[in-house]
Amino acid sequence: MAAELTLILISTVLVNNFVLSKMLGLCPFIGVTKNVENSMGMGMAVIFVIFLASISGWVVNTFVLVPFNITFLRTVVFILLIAALVQLVETVMRKSFPALYKALGIYLPLITTNCVVLGSVILIMKKEYGFFQMITYGIGVPVGFYVALFIISHIREQLAMAKIAKPLQGAPITLITTGLLALAFMGFSGLVRE
Amino acid sequence: MEADARQETIVAPVEGTAKEPSRVWTDFTNALGSENPVLRLILGMCPTLAVSTSVQNALGMGVAVIFVLVGSNAMVSALRRVIPDQVRIPVYIVIIASFVTVVDLGIAALSPDLYDALGIFIPLIVVNCIILARAEAFAGKNPVGRSIADGLGMGIGFTWALVLLGGIREILGSGTVLGFPVFDKVMIPLLGMHYVPMIAFVLPAGAFLVLGFMVAYFNYRTLGPKKVETTHAH
Repeated sequence: MAAELTLILISTVLVNNFVLSKMLGLCPFIGVTKNVENSMGMGMAVIFVIFLASISGWVVNTFVLVPFNITFLRTVVFILLIAALVQLVETVMRKSFPALYKALGIYLPLITTNCVVLGSVILIMKKEYGFFQMITYGIGVPVGFYVALFIISHIREQLAMAKIAKPLQGAPITLITTGLLALAFMGFSGLVRE
Repeated sequence: MEADARQETIVAPVEGTAKEPSRVWTDFTNALGSENPVLRLILGMCPTLAVSTSVQNALGMGVAVIFVLVGSNAMVSALRRVIPDQVRIPVYIVIIASFVTVVDLGIAALSPDLYDALGIFIPLIVVNCIILARAEAFAGKNPVGRSIADGLGMGIGFTWALVLLGGIREILGSGTVLGFPVFDKVMIPLLGMHYVPMIAFVLPAGAFLVLGFMVAYFNYRTLGPKKVETTHAH
């Protein structure tokens, strides 16, 4: 059990990194990583929301969708669930944890339409994970996302000072850098066999 | 170009006025070039990069997105006076999710191979930012005809960028186009050797690299070498 959970963790953070290998969540990856501070805020908000979304998605799927045999509604149900969850987290955070809200608040609405969240909820359902595997997956995925944001935002802060040909500035150079990063992350692929 | 012609005939009667068809036409052509969702607005990156491993997958994804985009744009536009402003985003999302469910079940029934190849990216069309962005920025404010034109233009703009990316990656990464071995047909008779595929191009890393250079080239072409600036949507 412990070995399996460790494998899931390593796999989601390094080998099947959501950004660099599964190519999910690229809009925030390209959009908010111009400076380190913003990307860390986004990363933390995503960790928070994916963890909660995985749990609630798993509960809804196991106790509502499957018993009533309405799994074909999963897309509609999960996206509504995530939207409601994000709204709830935002409200609770603003009332009870103003400091945390100040740090993460502006990133929360953006997360609703972020495919990392819906993607991980759907993948958990497709892989038919049990409770503990689901929890591990729900932590591993956003941590992998955080790692990717951390690396790229540091690189981009350095890139801002570099002399880059005009047509390559902004998104193109970020995509090319990410490509090289993805190439480097391929080195991890021997760690876990799937 | 066939699609363009059909577009005109469907839309013109709906609008009724003499001036409208030209606006419909501009809405449509803008989306193909200067406002191309992938190459200019940098929207919808995840499916673009993930499913463009071959021309066939790219086409499948493109058609699915065109269907959802046209359907949701038309529906949102038709209901735009009924939907209360405060809850419009959740309503848009439900409309989009319904069309995506139709596509999801449709592809599963019609083409199981394509369904496997596209995998999780079919349900994820829901959170493709192009679709919600067009509902919010265009369909919620404009008449049905123009919204359909916009949806069709954006969808085709998305598809051609996707097919181009898929084509480059398939040629370099597997040496084929739509499964046809183009390099081998030339190289075996002339040089007597096989093409050795550059596998990196069908892997994620290749997707990032090729798209990066495509966007750079498009920046260069659209705005000229002097005034280049990439739009960031998020």
